Amino acid sequence: MNPVNEGKAAYLDTLAAFARQTETREVLWLRALRREAAARFDQLGFPTTRNEEWKYTDVAPIVRAGFTSAARDPAGADGAQLSRYWFENLPGHKLVFVNGCFSAERSRLGALPKGATVASLAEALIRQPQALEIYFGRIAGESAHAFTALNTALAADGVYIHLAPGVQVEQPIHLLYVVTPAAGSKMLTPRNLIVAEEGSRAAVIEHYVTLGAAAYFTNALTEVAVGPNAAVEHYRLQEEAGDAYHVGGLHARLGRDSRLTAHAVDLGGRLVRNDVRAALEAEGAECTLNGLYVVGGRGHVDNHTHIDHVKPRGTSREFYKGVLDGRARAVFRGRIVVHPDAQHTDARQVNNNLLLSRDAEADSQPQLEIYADDVKCAHGATVGNLDEDALFYLRSRAIEASQARDLLTYAFARDVLARIALAPVRERLERRLIESLMHRAPVEELL
Amino acid sequence: MLSIKNLHASVDGKPILKGLSLEVKAGEVHAIMGPNGSGKSTLANVLAGRENYVVTQGEVIYRGKNLLASAPEERAREGVFLAFQYPVEIPGVSNIYMLKAALNAVRKARGESELDALDFIALVKERMKLAEIPEEFLYRSVNEGFSGGEKKRNEILQMALLEPRLAILDETDSGLDIDALQVVARGVNALRSPERAIVLVTHYQRLLNYIVPDYVHVLASGRIVKSGDRTLAQELDRQGYGWVAQEGAAASA
Repeated sequence: MNPVNEGKAAYLDTLAAFARQTETREVLWLRALRREAAARFDQLGFPTTRNEEWKYTDVAPIVRAGFTSAARDPAGADGAQLSRYWFENLPGHKLVFVNGCFSAERSRLGALPKGATVASLAEALIRQPQALEIYFGRIAGESAHAFTALNTALAADGVYIHLAPGVQVEQPIHLLYVVTPAAGSKMLTPRNLIVAEEGSRAAVIEHYVTLGAAAYFTNALTEVAVGPNAAVEHYRLQEEAGDAYHVGGLHARLGRDSRLTAHAVDLGGRLVRNDVRAALEAEGAECTLNGLYVVGGRGHVDNHTHIDHVKPRGTSREFYKGVLDGRARAVFRGRIVVHPDAQHTDARQVNNNLLLSRDAEADSQPQLEIYADDVKCAHGATVGNLDEDALFYLRSRAIEASQARDLLTYAFARDVLARIALAPVRERLERRLIESLMHRAPVEELL
Repeated sequence: MLSIKNLHASVDGKPILKGLSLEVKAGEVHAIMGPNGSGKSTLANVLAGRENYVVTQGEVIYRGKNLLASAPEERAREGVFLAFQYPVEIPGVSNIYMLKAALNAVRKARGESELDALDFIALVKERMKLAEIPEEFLYRSVNEGFSGGEKKRNEILQMALLEPRLAILDETDSGLDIDALQVVARGVNALRSPERAIVLVTHYQRLLNYIVPDYVHVLASGRIVKSGDRTLAQELDRQGYGWVAQEGAAASA
């Protein structure tokens, strides 16, 4: 058996062990769903670079490592260590997951309006499985890849958010996924379900961090149902250790005149792949996807977005930017499908990449498929270096070359962060961005 | 202050300057005039240290030191200032950040203390009046969305703030209406002092009605072919560049 198949065998063993453990505890539909997902995983197998969707992203290291599920143990994360990941001046609801498992002890859930549920998914699957049944696994559907199937088959915990019609949660819900050294060489499968019914509103922050460096694999999946006139603001902030693997998925369905704004920020990880899939299933839906990736060393970040305009008058805006240094590699593929019924669609997509080193590389592929005739669709993709004229201009004003480079890099990347509505989140990310620049002190002085 | 001897320079392998010599003393204002393609802007860019302008021969001595050996930022710290013909737009970097960074770098080089935020703002506001720039421009990205005239006035603001020893203005007058031209002239005249030198690179003598130069030089085919006082500029205005270029060609033959 070759190493890749051996790797897959380890995952199949994990699946079998999980099925034995949960068989008697879980409701029928969930067991059936997991069985199907496990079978689909087995049938699909891990993608290879021969697969068009994975052409530039080789997941062989994840396969070979044969990551197994982490033990369910919410202890072990030190509260003081966690405190640096909270946003300053951001009140709200804080849920902590340690090595994939909800920690009630570390979490601080504030008062929620009537009709709002924010709970551990594990708990929700036991207490109110019938409420989850029509959404869980149905939004991601079967279109997705082997990692999605793997998550569905194994997902034990995460968050379940339900907003009854008209419910507005004013304070953001901050989900902190912490990985401790105890989860070294393990796989974590966080799973979230957000259901925002008609006219409801909430902001949810998924935040992935590492306490102590340990090679591990986060395979996360979030499903979002945005009801008519509802608005969901979603953040996916990934600042995991430099040797962590991360595959993430955000799958959303948008109802009539609803709004989804999703920000994806990647500042860490060795190999990162994110899939965002949004279906604008009713008239007048609006979807905004913003992304920033800052990658150095031998890091690899791959963002795939897929927006389906199914019904008329939908709007989508995509704005992704990347800064690549060292031998970093980035992939962006933005697919927009305008279905025959989706007249008056207005779609715009931009992806700009800044290469700071000769050995860095970026591949950007817009893919527009348009089957309606009265639509506005535009896209633009660039891969380039710092503007030499701007650099010379700053230097001619007595600013050190290295500082000028950092300043221009910061300005390039901050353009994405400027679109973040939550000021405490934006400000923290701006600080993190400065820290990730080589000569951060001089840049800090300027701002 | 500035001594240029037999300067040869190329851009993308193409020789532009072919043996240019010029002496500029403190307190003087020199106008460099000439037809398009004569090398005026090349001279300005070589002095500021732009990388793709390659000096192949000759020397430039600034305050007793080889200017060509220094990086652009070092030249700026030593008091060399170039007002750009085409000021660059820098999205995301606000004007005030750049001004503050520039001023503090120059002050540090002069052995002065860095200005705190309040003193800095007070100084900028004072100089903004001179350049007739509204305050909101401070908080906008550098030159982004500025009109041509606003960009040039922003150059004058930077010059007024940095108080260079040697100011080189590269066609700062081109494309300006009469009001903007007067703002530029006021900025330059305010800077005139016995310790400073100013080099005006210009195509038209119009600017020289407002800034009276001590010397006028005509540049043709990469060399200075004629020098004189301000009356030379007036003559050029009447007769065009043709006659000087011919005279220069005859002289060098």
